[in-house]
Amino acid sequence: MKNKLIYITIASLLLAGCRQDVIVTPPEEEQHGDTLHNSIAGFYLLNEGNMGSNKATLDYYDFGTATYSRNIYASANPNVAKELGDVGNDLKIYGSRLYAVINCSNKIEVMDARTCKRIGQVDIPNCRYITFNDKYAYVTSYAGPVSLDAGHAQIGYVARFDTSTLALDETTCLVGFQPDELAVANGKLYVANSGGYMAPDYDSTVSVIDLNTFKEIKRITVAKNLWRVRPDCMGQLWVSSRGDYYDTPAKLYCIDTGTDAIIDSVSIAVSALDILGDTLYACATAWDYVKMADVITYTMLDVRSRRVVSTNFITDQTDKEIGKPYGIKVHPLTRDIYITDAKNYVNPGMLHCYSADGKLKWSVRTGDIPAHFAMVKN
Amino acid sequence: MKLHQLLIFAFLFGTTMTAHAAPPTPDEMLDSIARQFTIDEVEVTARRREEPVIPVQKLSGAQLQGLSTQSVADAARYFSGVQIKDYGGVGGLKTIDVRSMGTNHLGVFYDGIEIGNAQNGTVDLGKFSMDNIEELALYNGQKSEIFQPAKDYGSAGTLYIKTRRPKFADGKTFNLQVTMKAGTFGLANPSILYEQKLTDNIHLSASAEYTYAHGRYHFRYRRVLPSGAVAWDTTAVRQNGDVQAWRSEVGLFGYLPEGKWHVKGYYYQSEKGIPGAIVNNVWTNSQRQWDRNAFVQGNFTKRVTKGYDFQFNAKYTNDYMRYLNPDTTLMYIDNSFTQQEIYLSMAHRLAVVGVKGLVPHNDVNWDISLSADWQWNYLKSNLANFVYPERNTVLAAAATQLLWKYLKAQASVLGTFIFDKIHHPTQATPTAYKQRPQFTPAVFLSYQPLLREELFLRAYYKHIFRMPTFNDLYYTDVGNISLQPEYTTQYDGGVQYDKQWPGGVCRAVSVKADGYFNQVRNKIVAIPKGNGQYRWQMMNLGYVEIRGCDVNASTTLDLTHDVLLTIGGAYTYQKAQDFTNPKEITYGGQIAYIPWHSASATANLLWRGLSVNYAFIYVGERYHNSANIPANHEQPWYTHDVSISYDMPLIRKSKVESQKSACPRMYFAIEINNLLNQQYDVILNYPMPGINGKGIIRLTI
Repeated sequence: MKNKLIYITIASLLLAGCRQDVIVTPPEEEQHGDTLHNSIAGFYLLNEGNMGSNKATLDYYDFGTATYSRNIYASANPNVAKELGDVGNDLKIYGSRLYAVINCSNKIEVMDARTCKRIGQVDIPNCRYITFNDKYAYVTSYAGPVSLDAGHAQIGYVARFDTSTLALDETTCLVGFQPDELAVANGKLYVANSGGYMAPDYDSTVSVIDLNTFKEIKRITVAKNLWRVRPDCMGQLWVSSRGDYYDTPAKLYCIDTGTDAIIDSVSIAVSALDILGDTLYACATAWDYVKMADVITYTMLDVRSRRVVSTNFITDQTDKEIGKPYGIKVHPLTRDIYITDAKNYVNPGMLHCYSADGKLKWSVRTGDIPAHFAMVKN
Repeated sequence: MKLHQLLIFAFLFGTTMTAHAAPPTPDEMLDSIARQFTIDEVEVTARRREEPVIPVQKLSGAQLQGLSTQSVADAARYFSGVQIKDYGGVGGLKTIDVRSMGTNHLGVFYDGIEIGNAQNGTVDLGKFSMDNIEELALYNGQKSEIFQPAKDYGSAGTLYIKTRRPKFADGKTFNLQVTMKAGTFGLANPSILYEQKLTDNIHLSASAEYTYAHGRYHFRYRRVLPSGAVAWDTTAVRQNGDVQAWRSEVGLFGYLPEGKWHVKGYYYQSEKGIPGAIVNNVWTNSQRQWDRNAFVQGNFTKRVTKGYDFQFNAKYTNDYMRYLNPDTTLMYIDNSFTQQEIYLSMAHRLAVVGVKGLVPHNDVNWDISLSADWQWNYLKSNLANFVYPERNTVLAAAATQLLWKYLKAQASVLGTFIFDKIHHPTQATPTAYKQRPQFTPAVFLSYQPLLREELFLRAYYKHIFRMPTFNDLYYTDVGNISLQPEYTTQYDGGVQYDKQWPGGVCRAVSVKADGYFNQVRNKIVAIPKGNGQYRWQMMNLGYVEIRGCDVNASTTLDLTHDVLLTIGGAYTYQKAQDFTNPKEITYGGQIAYIPWHSASATANLLWRGLSVNYAFIYVGERYHNSANIPANHEQPWYTHDVSISYDMPLIRKSKVESQKSACPRMYFAIEINNLLNQQYDVILNYPMPGINGKGIIRLTI
């Protein structure tokens, strides 16, 4: 009897200690919040994953069943080698398709917005952000021609592809250095050039592209190290500058898309923002060299008056629990605010759902570096 | 004679090996076995004195040769308590982590003097070829010796790499050894070693080695559906893993009355591809790295008067590294770094009480030692906004050792004084930073409770730290000048038992076991900062507790007909928990890449000139992050390596035992590694090679 036990123990230990076939990662489901039935079916959340980890993952929250499903890409597409890829940098839905920009996998993954099933991919090296107009998807890329001078300055470009055929247009439009977000407003395409590879000689311009000719028509000089560009309901464009992390602080600028002139600026840092109606929601972390710590702000701004309404829209003190706010999305109907916490970029992040009045409703663990949202309509 | 016998004796327990000029022949080994049973009680008493207080693990001689190892990192895997971080391939970065305290807490010493890297603290053990290595010794805590430079007290664990010292058989004035190794990955690795007896007391050694490998190998990633059906199965070729390296060394070894000295010059240069992570849509990378390491070092040791020993060590190092990213889909990078180091050390030992001490006594030995080191480091780079850091380090150590009957005790305290200066490219005068002085103690005890049994109980406590590196402190944007040192505290208790049976089939058995508790405080971790992507800041944030045990056992069996079988095994259990933040999912989680269970086993069958070896390495399941969730799970991996070698004299010119090793010899070996072709990653997305092999031919004259 005693011997038998020993054998069983040894056998089970050996079994546990052996390699097994790795099963395609199954999604993990959790119930959070109350069920909600309206024209918004749910949202996707793209987790960036740290560089080299190949851990870009997609999570999905279903409002109808109040179910959060973590890491759904692999099981929806079990035959894709090495899953979604390395560093998910942007996520959008256009028409019936979901587009994920996977920066270090040099591709845009195109999926069915309902099922998350892969339709195809578009290869664009060092692709950053995506937007859409008419039949085209427009994507910024850092990987333009390299000048062979000492600095090896590399100009960026905007590529476009047909959203139905996924055929990449042969012509690209060169813009500034290291272009990040881009947005269509007033019939023009605006591109924020960061110059991130050129530190401390950052770029400070927004490229304006004519959508018909797909040619850059002008540059607007804004401020160092630009990042976000978002249009609002007033025909204005909000452009964020990261500053140079030393003497020039981060700032948010407002451009009139009629005149393409800077009409205002607000002294806030912006890590992520979302504009709903006449309200701009921004969360930001700014490094304080005196405190050697991040100063975190949650700002609400009225886009009409262009004035800050609140410097902390989280009203129940739970903002102290958030280590590094990284992504933000406001539900178009309920005005619930979704904020992601990227923590230390290596540990799994968190998603927090706040009510419109800034009270925490629920939280859920996400993948690594949760960042980009895409709302799915019913 | 006594010492010789002790060394032979110790070899049987898989710990150390006699240092012959040529690899020991089977005949010699059998002779050794015959001789070792003549050890009498006096010898056992002496052995007690030689037995280190601190657990030491050694690999040397035939045992080392039997393991299929290309680099020091490959060999270090066989030590218990060691975890290897291997990025794969001949040129891939390989570092080791002892008892989960972190790679930067291991001091690596090459022929007695530490190999530094003030820039990032990482010593790539993959760069050190096994070709001219005689012995590897790993000490937890510090070397069991008090007559040593202050630096030897300065790490939580130390690895000593000892290169071959010239030894000449009777009547010989030179040794020549020519080796060719070739194998998979396009490996071509010729080397030459020449040793000359200049005078009776001055010996010269010169060696050179060239390594080339294209570094390509097949790897395979595979996933299955819950049903067991294949979801995807991809085989690709690892690219950009080529390496080309030159190594040359020249050494002079001198012997004085009650003293010795040596001077050594070392030059290494390499160019290699960095194969990089394999991620979706990216199956090849193009980054490259160039290294140039040169140093000159020397040691002088002498008994000055009765009871007083003195040693002096000095070193100058000049290291260059260039990293190039030519891939235009990523940021273009072409950075180079030059580091320089000057190191001077003096150590003194006074035998206060003892047989040869100032106060003669037969039962008590009491020694004290004092050592003082000075080190200067300077780092230059072509990076934009780079500040040139300069560091002066003064180390002072006091240590004492007491032997009293069956008790052996050592205690030491190390004082560290660091003065940094930062040269801003735009400022005329440098800025000075004085680091807080540190005083760190260590205590070691060993006790032999039974007179006739070789049973030893031991315990140690050591508190030590690692300084933040230049990168941690001053790197553009990332560095944090207010960083504190990262402290480790170790508590260890262990037992060792050795037994031998003259004339039996089982000739000897040795068992060692240690339990330990380590704390890593103020762990330096990178945290993201501010408003921007992937901007990091170094902070003293982490706290880790490690509970573990290491067990080693070995036995030697005499299977008659001149067949000798040696079997050894090592097992490690480690619970290394991240207790940084109680609010995080990572709290209490096993830290990244540390398996709970790991083990190794080796077997060596020896029959005359023929040697058959088997080696097994096991690393249990791990997580690549201290959030121990399924998405971070890493499979166990294990490899089986076999090798067969034959060593034969070319001319049987003499029947006289002592002259046998003097005749020319040929050595042939074939190694097959990862016999079962396991496809595994040590580090996430860095695939390791499957089955691979190597052939070796060596001519010794």
